Amino acid sequence: MERVCNADPTLTNIIYGPFPLRVPSRPNMETIPTPRPKTVEAREKVVILFAGDSGDGIQLTGAQFTESNALFGNDVSTFPNYPAEIRAPQGTLAGVSGYQLHFGSVDVFTPGDTCDVLVVMNAAALKANIGKLKHGGIIIANSDGFDAKNLRLSGYPDMENPLTDGSLDNYVLQTVDVTKLTRNALEDTTLGMKEKDRSKNMFVLGFINWMYSRKLDRTREFLKAKFKSKPELLEANMKVLQAGYNYGDTSETFTTRYEVKPAPMPKGTYRNITGNQGIAIGLIAGAQKAGLELFYGSYPITPASDILHELSRNKHFGVKTFQAEDEIAAICSSIGASYGGALGTTASSGPGIALKGEALGLAFMLELPLVVVNVQRGGPSTGLPTKTEQADLWQALFGRNGEAPIPVLAASSPTDCFEMAFEAVKLAVEHMTPVILLSDGYIANGAEPWRFPEAKDLRPIVPPYAKPREAVEGSPDEVEKFLPYARDERGVRPWAVPGMKGLQHRIGGIEKEDKTGNISYDPQNHELMVKLRAEKVQCIADTYRPIRLDSGPESGDLLIVGWGSTYGAIRTAVVELQKEGYSVAHVHLRHMFPFNKGLGGMLKRYGKVLVPEMNSGQLRQLLRAEYLVDAQGLNKVQGMPFASEEIRAGVLKLLKP
Amino acid sequence: MSTIQPTAPAPKKLDYTSDQQVRWCPGCGDYSILKQVESVLAQHGRPKEEIVFISGIGCSSRFPYYLDTYGMHSIHGRAPAIASGMRSVQPDLSVWVITGDGDSLSIGGNHLIHLLRRNVDLNVLLFNNEIYGLTKGQYSPTSPEGVISKSSPMGSTDHPFNPLALCKGADATFIARSMDRDPKHLREMLLRADAHRGTSILEIYQNCNVFNDGAFEVFTEKASKAAHTLFVEHGKPMLFGNGTKGIKLDGMTPVVVDLAAGEASVEDLWVHDERDLFKASILVRLFDDPRKTDALPRPFGVFYVNERQTHETKMNAQMALAKQKKGDGDLDALLRGENVWTIG
Repeated sequence: MERVCNADPTLTNIIYGPFPLRVPSRPNMETIPTPRPKTVEAREKVVILFAGDSGDGIQLTGAQFTESNALFGNDVSTFPNYPAEIRAPQGTLAGVSGYQLHFGSVDVFTPGDTCDVLVVMNAAALKANIGKLKHGGIIIANSDGFDAKNLRLSGYPDMENPLTDGSLDNYVLQTVDVTKLTRNALEDTTLGMKEKDRSKNMFVLGFINWMYSRKLDRTREFLKAKFKSKPELLEANMKVLQAGYNYGDTSETFTTRYEVKPAPMPKGTYRNITGNQGIAIGLIAGAQKAGLELFYGSYPITPASDILHELSRNKHFGVKTFQAEDEIAAICSSIGASYGGALGTTASSGPGIALKGEALGLAFMLELPLVVVNVQRGGPSTGLPTKTEQADLWQALFGRNGEAPIPVLAASSPTDCFEMAFEAVKLAVEHMTPVILLSDGYIANGAEPWRFPEAKDLRPIVPPYAKPREAVEGSPDEVEKFLPYARDERGVRPWAVPGMKGLQHRIGGIEKEDKTGNISYDPQNHELMVKLRAEKVQCIADTYRPIRLDSGPESGDLLIVGWGSTYGAIRTAVVELQKEGYSVAHVHLRHMFPFNKGLGGMLKRYGKVLVPEMNSGQLRQLLRAEYLVDAQGLNKVQGMPFASEEIRAGVLKLLKP
Repeated sequence: MSTIQPTAPAPKKLDYTSDQQVRWCPGCGDYSILKQVESVLAQHGRPKEEIVFISGIGCSSRFPYYLDTYGMHSIHGRAPAIASGMRSVQPDLSVWVITGDGDSLSIGGNHLIHLLRRNVDLNVLLFNNEIYGLTKGQYSPTSPEGVISKSSPMGSTDHPFNPLALCKGADATFIARSMDRDPKHLREMLLRADAHRGTSILEIYQNCNVFNDGAFEVFTEKASKAAHTLFVEHGKPMLFGNGTKGIKLDGMTPVVVDLAAGEASVEDLWVHDERDLFKASILVRLFDDPRKTDALPRPFGVFYVNERQTHETKMNAQMALAKQKKGDGDLDALLRGENVWTIG
């Protein structure tokens, strides 16, 4: 996320025209009207929100349009937002699924606070999202989703259709009968009505691609792969996609197309990546660099399951995925795999991490490598499974019996998920310790462009193996015993893997004697072991790069300390404030425990410290306790990410009370 | 268990004993089991670095400390899950899970049944003493209903598990029972369990002489053993009571017949077939309370064997197939993904 923000923030509208006409084939249009010349307007950045029933294919539509824009060279940031129920009651507010996409010819760091375009498939989708649309924004509404039944289910008073009652006069309203047009496009096919209606989202996708002057190539490729074994459905989806595109060209109501030029991103080759993909790829890359087999024990849980899906597709990397009977078995099988000489990894979300607590303590006592990912969601208990939150920081730091400090990392964006997963592997393996990596639902499902590294440029990872020994003849007293808990200068014990000759030893969760690892109840030994284990983890801070500001002056009025997925919103707000002349700096923490050694000094160079978090102030309390600094909180616990406007407002309130 | 490759010369029994002092109560049945396990390891002569013992929590779970092999004394009930992960990445080692009735049937019940259905190649030795010993005497999930213990002064209200019926229900591929007081039989069962490829579950009746002394006395003491135990052997008729009695199948119902009294002849008896899926389900149900009159005898021996493919075999076959189809994973290709674009 180190990009140069050099674009003019004022929106520029350049009118090109007349646009050279391209008349695509229209196999399914009964009459071919003469296309009217269309104008093309340039946009610096656009936020578009697709919304509909959770069965409407909204997520797919959003993801495909994101892909097209990313491939075109825009910077993108996305926010899929869907209900916990797979098919919540149709037409109701509870069933609304949304996909927000921010794409631009300039850097974008968030999916956008408000949207320019709202595409709604039904009345509920409109009602749930109209508040997010900018004044004067465009609404594209599927008129078929506003019949009496939909209006009633979404709670509009009788007979008041927002599409016709004038209540949307502050917006540019475009109604399209997507259902009818989709059926028309498929009238020659033998598909049933239900199957026909299922391709409605392709009509929308085709139309939006037209509206933003994108080609359909990428989506066509995607459909070909998706419906490889179902030629009939492939043909139908292709037809509807094209029909949606053609509709834009021919319809009298749409006279303007938009163009968002490629973003001035650093030179290089990019791909699109979600946070969960980033974690999966980071774990594989880490294991490969360490020369270890990757074992992933997991129990399905939202929003972490995609990591399991991604890893299970990569068996040719020697990845073993184990869908365990429960969260406890998921982590325990991973501990077993690490004991067996592989890299044991597991992921879950808050409730699952709670169940893993005892085993985390075991892994800490055994001093074996283990990576535990928590893709946080709204809590407590079952909480808000599909919503985002940062409220498991304390759980990660303190959620174990006894004194069991475990390094805790936090990823700040989808691409950073890769970086931090790789670092988690490096720390776990090289320091023989479990490591917790915090992500959250927002960056797990959100996507952004990634200038991916080459394998050769990734840092090496060196497991601290014990040296196998040939058996020595002689009485047991004459043979030098292997000491599984003898430590090196970093406090790290050697890794002796079953099968290694001459290194047999017993380990366990019960307190062990220094060096030998034998059971010990000796009071002095216990205190020593508690200290040695804690020191080992503290030593990890020596491996960090020096702490660096994300932006802003080295000292000044205000330092914003962020962590995790709030990065984009903070960055956007802070860069704006700096341009306006405010003395505001931003540091974003990735090492939640142990902290970077330079943090304490940095905090003291500013008049005030503000800590925005999607919780009630967990990092703030840690900073206050550790550094005796009067950190202020900016807290949001709504299951939704911060808007950059909210960060801005929080900063201004603190600076100009 | 995985293939045993005897090496010469066979190590002496003592080779497998660790330098740690054994700390079970004097007279505990665990001593006898430890001795027989050491003997079986010595007989195989497998190098000690290729043997792993993983246990949970409880008296029995101290077992790994006493053997000079690799070992993990883990947390309560989780040994099957830990061993499953271990086995998936170490297909060639000899892996043993040591557990007790509380560890495997109460707090770890879920892991046990899932281990069995997956058929991970390892040996589970379930030390059943029908009591919580390490926590000093509460009733366990195998304690008989009505048992008086520290936590059930008026008698336990819980119906107990029939461990092997539970294992049968979970589609275990090797089911056997033995006892601490019959070293010869125990040794034989350990050898059989070790030879099986897949999860072997061997329930061992183990006397806790401190908190539940004599729980299995009727099966283990000379005076009552013959009348109350049935040692089953593959292909042999089910005889007990020093050959004077037998078990006959009356339809699906096992009944005791008195051969001495001429109620039936040996030819009429149920001939044990350890491969018979359906009859194994009947055999595990011979679980009468021995105090009951006309109680069926309690069977010991190998109840059931099935050579279902092991979990790790299937897992590794998929890995091989994936590599065959896609080639060895190329990290750069993974980082790159399917769709890229270049700027500059």
